Amino acid sequence: MKILNSTEFVIACVLVAAMVLIGLVNPAFWGFDNLFSLAKSNVVIGIMALGVLLVMISGGIDVSLPSFAVAALYIVVRAMVELNYDGVLLPFIAAALIGLVLGAFNALIIERFRMIPLIVTLGTASIVRGLLLGLMGASIVNINKMPKELIAFGKHDLVTVQAANGASYGLTAMVLVYLGLAVAMHLVLRYTMIGRSVYAYGTDAESARRAGFNTRRTIWFVYCTAGLLAGLAGMLHTSMIWQANPRDFQGLELDVIAAVVLGGASIFGGRGSVLGTLIGVFMLVMVKNSLILLKVDTTWQRVVVGMIIVTATAITARRDRRKLA
Amino acid sequence: MSDYLIELKNIGKRFGGVRALEDVSLAIRPGEIHCLAGENGSGKSTIIKVMSGIYTPDEGEIVIDGEPVGRLDPIRAVGHGIQVIYQDFSLFGNLTVAENLALNTYLLEGRSRMDWHRAHEMARDVLARIGVAIDPDAEVGSLPTSGKQIVAIARAILARARLIVMDEPTTALTRHEVEALFTIVRDLKAQGIAILFVSHKMREMLEISERLTVFRNGRKVAEGAMRDFDEATITHAMTGLDLTDDPYRPEIPDGPPLLEVTGLSVPGTVERVALSLRPGEIVGISGLIGSGRTELARALFGMEPRMTGEIRLDGRPARPRSVQEAIARGIAYVPEDRLTEGLFLPQSIERNLVVSILDRLRRGLFLDRRAVRARTAEMFAAMQIAAPSPETPAGNLSGGNAQRVMLGRWLLTGARVLILNGPTVGVDVGSKATIHRIIRDLATRDGLAVLMISDDVPELVTNCNRIHVMHRGRFVAELAGAEMTETRINDTLKTLT
Amino acid sequence: MTTTPETRPLIRRLLGSDAAIAQLVVITVLIFVAMTAMNPDKFLRYYNFESISYIMPELGILSIAMMIAMLTGGIDLSVVGVANLAAIVAGVYFRIPAVQEAIGAGGAGVVMHTVAAVLIALLVGLAAGVINGLLIARLRIIPILATLGTGQIFAGLALVLTGGPAIVGFPQTWAWIGTGKILGLATPLWVLIVVALLVAVALTRTTLGVSLMLIGTNPRAAIFAGIRSGRMILYSYMLTGVLSAIAGVLLSGRTNSAKADFGASYLLQAVLIAVLGGTNPAGGKGRVLGVLLALIALMLLSSGLQIMRMSNFLIDAVWGGFLVVVIAINYLRSQK
Repeated sequence: MKILNSTEFVIACVLVAAMVLIGLVNPAFWGFDNLFSLAKSNVVIGIMALGVLLVMISGGIDVSLPSFAVAALYIVVRAMVELNYDGVLLPFIAAALIGLVLGAFNALIIERFRMIPLIVTLGTASIVRGLLLGLMGASIVNINKMPKELIAFGKHDLVTVQAANGASYGLTAMVLVYLGLAVAMHLVLRYTMIGRSVYAYGTDAESARRAGFNTRRTIWFVYCTAGLLAGLAGMLHTSMIWQANPRDFQGLELDVIAAVVLGGASIFGGRGSVLGTLIGVFMLVMVKNSLILLKVDTTWQRVVVGMIIVTATAITARRDRRKLA
Repeated sequence: MSDYLIELKNIGKRFGGVRALEDVSLAIRPGEIHCLAGENGSGKSTIIKVMSGIYTPDEGEIVIDGEPVGRLDPIRAVGHGIQVIYQDFSLFGNLTVAENLALNTYLLEGRSRMDWHRAHEMARDVLARIGVAIDPDAEVGSLPTSGKQIVAIARAILARARLIVMDEPTTALTRHEVEALFTIVRDLKAQGIAILFVSHKMREMLEISERLTVFRNGRKVAEGAMRDFDEATITHAMTGLDLTDDPYRPEIPDGPPLLEVTGLSVPGTVERVALSLRPGEIVGISGLIGSGRTELARALFGMEPRMTGEIRLDGRPARPRSVQEAIARGIAYVPEDRLTEGLFLPQSIERNLVVSILDRLRRGLFLDRRAVRARTAEMFAAMQIAAPSPETPAGNLSGGNAQRVMLGRWLLTGARVLILNGPTVGVDVGSKATIHRIIRDLATRDGLAVLMISDDVPELVTNCNRIHVMHRGRFVAELAGAEMTETRINDTLKTLT
Repeated sequence: MTTTPETRPLIRRLLGSDAAIAQLVVITVLIFVAMTAMNPDKFLRYYNFESISYIMPELGILSIAMMIAMLTGGIDLSVVGVANLAAIVAGVYFRIPAVQEAIGAGGAGVVMHTVAAVLIALLVGLAAGVINGLLIARLRIIPILATLGTGQIFAGLALVLTGGPAIVGFPQTWAWIGTGKILGLATPLWVLIVVALLVAVALTRTTLGVSLMLIGTNPRAAIFAGIRSGRMILYSYMLTGVLSAIAGVLLSGRTNSAKADFGASYLLQAVLIAVLGGTNPAGGKGRVLGVLLALIALMLLSSGLQIMRMSNFLIDAVWGGFLVVVIAINYLRSQK
């Protein structure tokens, strides 16, 4: 059976097994509060992972998205506070545009100067974060100053469940935004020529050029879209936590990459799917969050994430080596 | 309406100071099967790139359907129905057959949506038109070479090709697959599509082509109907020489073999091969890509850990478990592809020469620089490497000199068994003779045992004492002495399926 | 045929015919002149250069480590994690009651335990390097991902060992490594000089160095030429790990403390200095001299900017901008 052999199926099986295991150790895992909070934690990292997925299919890697996200959210929120503006749609558009412009900066350097994406994005990440903190200061915009409509937007729930002790838990509606973007990304990757050009470019850049793809446009599309997604992710983050902190997302790029690799994308390019990435993100977030349920000290989190990256890459390295041979 | 589909008139093309093409003309009629023959470096690939609009010629004119076209770029060339199938096929291994086929058409039509349903229909139609059964959902990377080639042809047909240029199309095919390819090609001709084969494999070209053009050193040296040529005249035209190489038939003193291989197997590729080499002997292996010839060589060189069987050197068991062990025992291997497997192009000739004896040039912790220089100088002279200095990057060397550096590297290791895979691929005619002489000298003077794997049947016939024909991992025939002729070997290869 | 003439002037032999080095010398001089001009009375002070000589070595050693990883087309994103972990393990050693007692007693015991702590730190670096090397050379995980993962693990272990806050209470002798002087020069600078010389010699004059360059140039050809690629790559990451640990010792000596998230910005800076110094991140090319020149150029730049009271955040941004500019220059130069 084809489906049984697919990467997504294998990851999904691992995920289910892990869920069962965690549930056995601590049944609180299956509580609505835990599941809802898990879903919420998926949103921001998941949207960035969609961007990194796109970059990875094209054969690159991008560590700049979290700094782009934080720049977008902080600039927009600060501007809203200064201008006394309140609203939802316009700020989201502005943040997306900021992300897009920053992504275009990546594209420009990678496409024009033919430099390895890792090194370029390391550089742009530090430029953006440095300028943000240096020019705009490091102060946090807290809940009192946050635009009210933005907070209200972030508070939307899809369903609320009343627990036995009277507390109620909601499933944030932001999950819909995430899933909507995921479906859009899937459709673009599968049913548009620009989406297929990303796979073609990642498989063999030279052949893609010969086949008549406009490969420059492909690179611009990839990095601009990734930047745009980062901008949106940043804005969702700020409206869900009701504050804007320019120091957020430190080191998140590693988690995002880990999630995408876990989802079966190949760092050599040409392979990767939205479904796999969704599962990979869920798995990573779940393991990190469940360490508390499993009574593991939180200081171990990074060690566990590191282990996950190493294990996942060791397995995919075997797979890719087999394919190459 | 013109008689010709495309005419290239008096084309000249220069790269820096090098003249790649000089006053060259080539004309192709609609629906004809034309062969462009020439040695490596004769300008064959340059003219293909001119035709497909990748290179702009410095002089001359391109006429399509009787109309002069000014500048030809790749998109306009495709618009005129010119399709080139390169040796690597330019397919996407990770994508399915249907998608590979549809992408080009969609790009041509300027679509922005990927219509999978239509892609499948197109794939089924065109594959049926060629008359082959390939699953449109298969990943192209999982197909055999012949399958990939068919996908490439199908893609060209879908792009409304009127002329399909095929670069060395038969190199990786079995005789059986070549027959299948020729059937397809005749069928295409019947549909009015012209084919230009670019090849140096004379026999096959004689079989199918109607007209012939021969290039040598960037000039056209012959053209005409195929029936006016035979193998000898074509070879003469290609090389400008009559076959000057005398066959190598020295007396090999009877004695124990230096290398003796029995029952050597590599799962899936080599099956129970037996082989013996005496000092001074040159033994050839003829076989297609995929016959197991490269795996056999790799096994002898310690690169196939799953190998079973026995390898003896001087009568003692000597199965190498690693490349280092093989080198230490005096086995050397010059791989097929010098550029990707042999040389370190940006590094100096010196480093390229001493790379395999670095450990022996050590004094204490450090490399003995004087010894490095001395050994380099020695090989530089012995191999007659033409380069300004040992510091010159290997990438600046010509094909012939690059091959000399490879041979020099192995002589420095004190090799006694030399395995050569395609020793003169990509080498010009003049250097080819020199390299053959060096190899013969190594055998007769230095007593090396040489195993020569080659696609080039005449090369094997003139240089080897014996020739094994390899197919599907086995030695299927052994020829020696008078029975060792090109015709015999080609006939043997032809009967294989 | 010709042999290399022995009569080449010393300066040419030192610099080689490397255009990248010449370009670096020019950049360094330009920065020096510009910073002197912009801070006429403050830049050219002895104190300024002295403070550079204490800060520069830890970053310099990390950059050399990064260059070594890049020689084979790899990268080591775990260098900062290794540096901090090594320093923290040494700090933990000093907390052992018996060790504390011996140090409290003074005398030769202090020196002995300091040497022991340094050795322990280096061993931690070596072990981290072995792990990286095995993952990359044996399991063939691509270096970016392998060291990304191990970097998390090392940083995570450092966090587990400290529980969060910085480790303090290193003895005086430890602080001397980071702040002392030998013959009028900063101790860390001596360490950098010795490391640079040793690595330079190792890269050009030993089998390991030449093999690494060749592997980086063409990994397939290296296998066919009989180079023990796996082992050489393993050694190179072991070396990278030890160098990172040395940097960690210098850093904790200078600040007299060790923390899991010290020097986070060093990672990017080390990559930048390695690339700016003419190292090809795709492998096969890299020189210690280039890295040192790039290091000096950037240290002069940031010290000048600091004198001009530019915030540290903005200096980070300037460094990133510098990387982009260098990439552009290198591209334009290769187009000629």
